[in-house]
Amino acid sequence: MGENNKNEEFIEDPRYKQCNKEALIGIGLGILNLIWWFGWGYGLGTKNTDEYTYVMGLPMWFFMSCIVGAILFSALAILMVSKFFKDMPLGKIDLEDDNNI
Amino acid sequence: MTNTNWNVLMPLIFYFIGVFVIGFYSMKFVSKASIHEGEENGFLSEYLAGGRDLGGFVLAMTLVTTYLSAGSFIGGPGAAYTFGMAWVFLAMTQMPTGYFTLAVLGKKFAIVARKINAVTITDFIRARYKNDALVILCSISIVAFFIAAMGAQWIGAARLIEGSVGIPYKIALVFFAITVLMYTTIGGFRAVALTDTLQGVIMTMGTIALFVATIHAGGGISNIIQKMHAINPGLITPYSIKEGFATKAWVTSFWILVGFSVVGLPSVGMRAMSYKDSKSLKNGIIYGTVVSMVLILGMHMIGAFGIVVVPGIGSGDLVVPTIATKLFPPWVAGIILAGPLAAVMSTVDSQLLIVVGAIVNDLYANYINPRIKNNAKGMAKVSFVSAIIVGILVFMTAFNPPTIMVWLNLYANAGLISTFIWPIILGLYWKRANTPGAFASIITGVGSYILFSKMWPRPLGMHTIGLPLILSFIVFFIVSLSTEKPSKEIIKTFWGV
Repeated sequence: MGENNKNEEFIEDPRYKQCNKEALIGIGLGILNLIWWFGWGYGLGTKNTDEYTYVMGLPMWFFMSCIVGAILFSALAILMVSKFFKDMPLGKIDLEDDNNI
Repeated sequence: MTNTNWNVLMPLIFYFIGVFVIGFYSMKFVSKASIHEGEENGFLSEYLAGGRDLGGFVLAMTLVTTYLSAGSFIGGPGAAYTFGMAWVFLAMTQMPTGYFTLAVLGKKFAIVARKINAVTITDFIRARYKNDALVILCSISIVAFFIAAMGAQWIGAARLIEGSVGIPYKIALVFFAITVLMYTTIGGFRAVALTDTLQGVIMTMGTIALFVATIHAGGGISNIIQKMHAINPGLITPYSIKEGFATKAWVTSFWILVGFSVVGLPSVGMRAMSYKDSKSLKNGIIYGTVVSMVLILGMHMIGAFGIVVVPGIGSGDLVVPTIATKLFPPWVAGIILAGPLAAVMSTVDSQLLIVVGAIVNDLYANYINPRIKNNAKGMAKVSFVSAIIVGILVFMTAFNPPTIMVWLNLYANAGLISTFIWPIILGLYWKRANTPGAFASIITGVGSYILFSKMWPRPLGMHTIGLPLILSFIVFFIVSLSTEKPSKEIIKTFWGV
């Protein structure tokens, strides 16, 4: 076994490429969620309370940041798994069989 | 016991019976697994990981309820009562709970767990870093931190029963302890996951009912918000009622503490290796996200609106029980109060099982009596006995909390997160991550957390956990790169086919 060419010693599990992609999408969604929450919450919430506007009785900052945020990011999470997450076997796989990936 | 409130107690008793039934049902799977001799880890795979058989809905419920504890149902709404909408805003940093862990650890964690036959988080650490001292350090920190954390949760549960049913604290504690110990010991992970599901459903229904009733009693959302504004304008801003408390940096840093770094909690990470297939993961993310949003948003808004509906209660912690008993007939209140109790139970049962896993699987079978691995019956016996011993220890802690426990509980979540987060994530995604790096990151993380919490509680304006996590990440990175690569064998096991 050559010490230097570590890449040729084994074949990397072909499922990992998709796994890594899914993990990155998850992180991306988390960061977007943070930005949405922060932007609306502090963007509108920093005003003087006399200048607040209200939606369904709730202050606009809270409504957008938390209520719309909760609904929107639940919807985006559903979109994420149904559009970008692929079904694959989790147990041992056979490299010959291309359907596995 | 003259002032026992039977109307509230009855639904709770039914609920406890339901939990027992699930325990006995799961016991069948456990005893089946313990008859199969020879198959390595057959018993432990069932007992600690439910035979990796979780479907999407059960996965979601057990993940969300394990994570949401007494804090989300008693302490959280209590703080929202005092600090207003700012605390609801802060609690919403938990929005990613339902999708983040499952997406980030993802299928890769489940695939790796199957490759190395891991049934605990420490199994993963052991296979990835191959270092006994690291395994022992991880196992001990699980045992110590979780016993302390459980003690605190049990106290909360017993107080809740005491407060709502009117039976003395110590009797409530016994009542609670026996129930949790019984079903967890006999049924293992499957019982825990299934009772978590039952508990999650109860929590969700209770939250929705209480939410609607609270708004109705307060005369509509608009009216409640205007009254909150009149009490103190700070109650409806994201900055809360006093200057310099809910600052931008501090509140935002909760995204790190309760949003993202939950990935590092062994009780949560455990779930990411025990689901059945990739479809379960998908459904788990969908159900988990929706349910956690409903629970977190609902419970904390109830707490914040409580200031208008039940003004002037002594301690904010009582807001949920007070609203429930005020707005509903007693037997309905009993059902609703089963919610917070369920939240506690579903957290401690998982913690109990994690501790048993650490003792039996990670310490006993690895270092004390390795031959037992092929002896399913022996394994079963050791597991039951250690579950009972741990239970008794926790019970004693809750009965009369020793100082060291109080101290450990203070550091429990942060300590566990700083121990496990980078060894898990970097070990999973970075080939170069090695043992010295893992050690250095754990020591830096836990050490700087304890140091900062004493001397610099809000480093850079953030919650104490923020900076230690960043530091331990950097240290892991630097130390790994400046020491030897992990062996080819490890890389092959983890990344090869």
